[in-house]
Amino acid sequence: MKLQINGELVDVPDSVSTVSALLEHFGLQSKIVMIEHNRTILAKELHSTQALQDQDQIEIVQFVGGG
Amino acid sequence: MLTIGPYEFNSRLLLGTGKFPNFEIQKEAVSVSQTQILTFAVRRMNIFDAKQPNFLEMLDVKQFKLLPNTAGAVNAEEAVRIARLAKASGLCDMIKVEVIGDWVTLLPDPIETFKACEILLEEGFIVLPYISDDVVLAKRLQQLGVHAVMPGASPIGSGQGIINELNLSFIIEQANVPVIVDAGIGTPADAAQAMALGADAVLLNTAVSGAGDPVKMALAMKMAIEAGRLGYDAKPIPRKRYATASSPLVGLSK
Repeated sequence: MKLQINGELVDVPDSVSTVSALLEHFGLQSKIVMIEHNRTILAKELHSTQALQDQDQIEIVQFVGGG
Repeated sequence: MLTIGPYEFNSRLLLGTGKFPNFEIQKEAVSVSQTQILTFAVRRMNIFDAKQPNFLEMLDVKQFKLLPNTAGAVNAEEAVRIARLAKASGLCDMIKVEVIGDWVTLLPDPIETFKACEILLEEGFIVLPYISDDVVLAKRLQQLGVHAVMPGASPIGSGQGIINELNLSFIIEQANVPVIVDAGIGTPADAAQAMALGADAVLLNTAVSGAGDPVKMALAMKMAIEAGRLGYDAKPIPRKRYATASSPLVGLSK
């Protein structure tokens, strides 16, 4: 399926069915990340249950240096 | 002791994490500064580069309180979204509300800042707005219930130091929440001056990260902030127009 991730259309296998699976797919499972799914911000506890569908919009953000 | 909302800190130095030459220098600077509060920004991740190092992941997160900022937001709605994203990390509930209203001076938009604070307070955040040295705005935000006010000394990253000491001292005198001087500090003397005026803390980034020796500067800033606060607590003598001799004027041996 195709997902809109951080503004880019990205192809992922259909087996990537949850947010957690998506993070694992990109090797980001141990990273400190925050997720927005179809404009709704997801609490961390929901990563493993939140189901993904074709054309979903995902924002994956992190903390970077800043003042 | 610095108290912000439910949290207490021994250090009165808040340190930004932007623009350090490298992570090693940054780690050392954070360590010598003895800061307990680190600011961060929230940005998109490069998902195709999982090995990209991240400063936060090199720290023992439990040793610090994280103060994410809403930098990049130009209105209340964007600031609130960034704050909610930051909180979704499960690592923090403090937020530095930063809504830029002008891209030349990077001065904050007071109206959008106020609106964002109102929403974030309702949602239970510990709210620290970055503002201009506007005495009335500081007062209004305080009435709203913010947990600290953070007036700028001068424009962000300019290193001009405190350009309106009078306004800053008015803000400090009328404050019933901590006043954290944020932005524009260049030298340890500037930081000491802020503390000597009675500020509760100082937030620095470029003054340290952009210094020729960031580690030395981090230490100098820590010492300046401690000295400034100690001097304030010690109640300095009032300024006088004319001299007052320190040595006795009688009993001179001729």
